Amino acid sequence: MNPLTRQRWNPYLVGIGIGILSWITFGVMHKALGTSTTIAATPGAIIGIVAPEHVQNNSYWAKYLNAEKNEFYFDWQFFLVISLPIGAYIGMKLSGEKFKESVPALWAWRFGPSKTIRYAAAFLGGVILLIGARMAGGCTSGHGISGGLQLAVSSWAFFFAMFGSGVVTAFALFGLKGRSHV
Amino acid sequence: MYNFDSPVMIVYGILTGLIFGFLLHKAGVTRYQTILGQFLFKDYTVLKVMLTAIVTGAIGIWGMRSMGMDFPMHIKAATLVPNIVGGLIFGVGMALLGFCPGTGVAAIGDGSRHAIAGLLGMFVGGLIYAYVYPSIMNGFLKSGDLSVDVAGKMTDKITFADVSHLSPWWFIAGLVVISAVVFGLIEKLTGKNPPTTPA
Repeated sequence: MNPLTRQRWNPYLVGIGIGILSWITFGVMHKALGTSTTIAATPGAIIGIVAPEHVQNNSYWAKYLNAEKNEFYFDWQFFLVISLPIGAYIGMKLSGEKFKESVPALWAWRFGPSKTIRYAAAFLGGVILLIGARMAGGCTSGHGISGGLQLAVSSWAFFFAMFGSGVVTAFALFGLKGRSHV
Repeated sequence: MYNFDSPVMIVYGILTGLIFGFLLHKAGVTRYQTILGQFLFKDYTVLKVMLTAIVTGAIGIWGMRSMGMDFPMHIKAATLVPNIVGGLIFGVGMALLGFCPGTGVAAIGDGSRHAIAGLLGMFVGGLIYAYVYPSIMNGFLKSGDLSVDVAGKMTDKITFADVSHLSPWWFIAGLVVISAVVFGLIEKLTGKNPPTTPA
């Protein structure tokens, strides 16, 4: 069977694939896989359309401006991030999988089928997620995978903290009974 | 007002994103059920993918460096208080949203509509952080700073090899052994066919 049309691959094989992808990003592109920097810089880029000086005067966004022109910079990682959903979409289409989800089954079991409540929770989760990522200096890709493979002290500290906190939060939200709904 | 990376880097970025997104989908980690399944210790796909990627990546990257290939590393500063506090906050957000930033963006592509609300939230989180940053940049963000002497220069962008003055290969070997034990336990726990079914 054509592997491209298979719905799921062995997770170990995918892990090896992502590892090999990182060889290429490090060795050829001189970049490390990461996503949250782009997501944090995007609001700055949008505000920069109407108030460029305001953005240039913010010490956080100033880090992401092109040094010479003092302007926002659409870099390698920006194009990586906008291509991610396309890659996932291609994966789904090739395998003929049909998937649409507004309220996950586990969530509906615990908090009901309301889309509004689920979207509000997802929104709040996103806010918390990015604040944590930027505070720590990276997310699951930049810290977790890229930092982990570089044996970075910061990244392994982040990895254990986020995993532990995720487990505690998940059990606080769904309890032991939640385990039978995933 | 805006400028772009070189055309080559743009193409590299697009290719990397397409392959990364495709692979995340194939593992099923673009799904809420898979991420929550991991945090609830029901589905171990996330751990399998991440640990295998880290071990494979480490062998290749450190191997290429050992063979004399020269390319920059991208190590983030070891300021342990924000690394750990940020990680704890991140974990809460990840369990609530059901995605991390990368898998969340990818999930929009393969049908998770609530991930769009999550991405909008992430933008707002980035916005809030940009305004909080100036007041924490010199205090909190520098706390727990772990600087060591690396090749005659004090730096906090450090690896376990820098801290211990041991070869990185000791740590890579350790990672291989730990991963093998963890994977062995997982497979024993979940049987031959772990639940990696699409939701």
